[in-house]
Amino acid sequence: MIKYVTKRILITIPILIGVVYLIFVMLSVVPGDPITVMMGEKVKPDVIENLMERMHLNDPWYVRFVWYIRDALRGDFGESYKLHRSVSSVIANAFPKTLMLAVTAACFSWIIGIPAGILSAVKKNSIIDRLFMGFALCGVSVPAFSVGMLLQNLFNGILPVSGFSSPRHLILPAVVLGWGAAGTIARLTRSSLLEVLEEDYIRTARAKGLMPLRVIVTHALQNSLLPVITMMAIQVSSLLSGAVITETLFSIPGIGRLTVDAINTRDMPLLQGTVIFTTAIIILGNLVADILYSVVDPRIRVEGGK
Amino acid sequence: MEANRTKEELLERGGKKPVREKAVSEGISITEAGNGETGRRPRRLADVAVPAFDRRAAVKAMEEAVLSRKEEDDSFLAVCKRMFRNNKVAAASAVILVIYVLMILFANVIAPYDPAVVNLMERLQPPSMAHICGTDELGRDIFSRILYGGRVSLLVGLVPTSISMVIGIIMGLLSGYIRGLDALIMRLADIVLAFPSIVLAMVVMYTLGASTFNIFIALSIIGWAGTARIVRSQTLSLREMGFVEAARSMGVSRTKIMARHILPNCLPSLIVLFTLNIPDAILSESNLSFLGVGAQPPDTSWGLMVSQAKGFAISSPWMMIFPSLAILIMVLSLNFLGDGLRDEIDPHLKK
Repeated sequence: MIKYVTKRILITIPILIGVVYLIFVMLSVVPGDPITVMMGEKVKPDVIENLMERMHLNDPWYVRFVWYIRDALRGDFGESYKLHRSVSSVIANAFPKTLMLAVTAACFSWIIGIPAGILSAVKKNSIIDRLFMGFALCGVSVPAFSVGMLLQNLFNGILPVSGFSSPRHLILPAVVLGWGAAGTIARLTRSSLLEVLEEDYIRTARAKGLMPLRVIVTHALQNSLLPVITMMAIQVSSLLSGAVITETLFSIPGIGRLTVDAINTRDMPLLQGTVIFTTAIIILGNLVADILYSVVDPRIRVEGGK
Repeated sequence: MEANRTKEELLERGGKKPVREKAVSEGISITEAGNGETGRRPRRLADVAVPAFDRRAAVKAMEEAVLSRKEEDDSFLAVCKRMFRNNKVAAASAVILVIYVLMILFANVIAPYDPAVVNLMERLQPPSMAHICGTDELGRDIFSRILYGGRVSLLVGLVPTSISMVIGIIMGLLSGYIRGLDALIMRLADIVLAFPSIVLAMVVMYTLGASTFNIFIALSIIGWAGTARIVRSQTLSLREMGFVEAARSMGVSRTKIMARHILPNCLPSLIVLFTLNIPDAILSESNLSFLGVGAQPPDTSWGLMVSQAKGFAISSPWMMIFPSLAILIMVLSLNFLGDGLRDEIDPHLKK
């Protein structure tokens, strides 16, 4: 177990470094002078020189990369050009909002997705099944912001349609964000439950004369929810990318909105910081998913691989 | 040659003892030792036991039939035919897609208005006989704009998907067949897949500058990793197969083995993957356009149309509903088609 976890953690380190490197290189080649972005057009040359020196901008990019990694390890992602605050404090301010939104959306997707999946599997090929699965497919076949705008239109006046000042403000964005995830979870629950229902021990349980509901709840669900549990950890990724869209549409000052703003204002350190932070969270999510899976399904550990 | 030999063998054996007689006698002996089913069983056995020569021919014919049926199974056209017969939803999707693509291609004939002409007298009109999908904030006909915008969306669906699949196939083949490159390419894929795709696309678009052409590049950079993983896993299993080993032992070069022996066997799943990747690309483009780093006016795409309706979602919902429907129909029918193809090509993957 410890060996597997260590190995799994060690694999993530080069990926993380690669992520930072890729972002760093891509943003280094963007045309434009950071000082102009930061201070405007009319700045004295000696001020520029001073700033360039202080921000290590005179050094070649690979030297700056090493500096950046060193600082990042201490939690310092530089200073935002536009907000004139440290990137880490800006992120620390925005992330809780995204977290709240993502957790609410995740809860919504489980509350909708798991029962819908179970019902579809039990009543396989019935009208309910077709309806749920059709709904799930439609949910992932339109852009999230289309669904969001539709809900803004339908619930205008009933629920707040933008901003982030009360729990009520969370409802619509969470539904929009959780929508796609709910569809995925419903489909996964359905297919995994259907697979388990074919197993011999389910037939045995039925043959014993157990009530159908009991067979499903006590025998089938336990095993069929395994992939769904790991799915939840992997969901981190889809929720965080979805947050970019949802937060922009509903004007929520979270980390997704921050990324979009950083792009629009050409605020490079902020963009670098938010992208690296988001990606690191996703890598962490995948790590947790893998370890969680190896705990609930020891076969993974024994085979020692993905 | 083989047929001749078997014929001779059979004639020889047949000369020694008539097969029919032998079978009959065996049949009777079985029933005698058995459970008293006299009468029925020997007669049946005797009927089956035709002269050996015919039996061989029958086996041969059967083998041929099986072989020819298998060949039919593999050809793409046959797969499509079977899908049309078995899967009504996928068939309907294919028909809708064809009509849809034709409408988009002949937009200049079908569209009732010029998509770019501004007519402030008729701004924000709800759907009517004159404008079946209404008009936008500049009085442009939404139906015409959907038809023309479809060209961009269709291109964004096809071009980056093709590019990313070509890169992904090459990377996957190299990674699966040449051991030395495996770790390097797969770590690269891991890095690309670690990013939330929208965010990576945004950064690439930021680096390159927002334009329709750069969307192609951004989506290609993101898309290859998934394909590479699938091709790699297939290559890994194919390279251990007899025919690859045979080719290797005959001294066929690695490039030729990959291109002529491994790639063709990956094709069926690649076709499915292609169909399912197009809708992803269309949706990604919509998201990029919504965030302001996708298609730029005066170009228009469905995603851009929906995002331009952002301020009008409550007052003029038709502005966002019809382009959204356009995306929904396209993406949904491509997904159904892809699922249908997958079920026919590889029933094991059926969900």
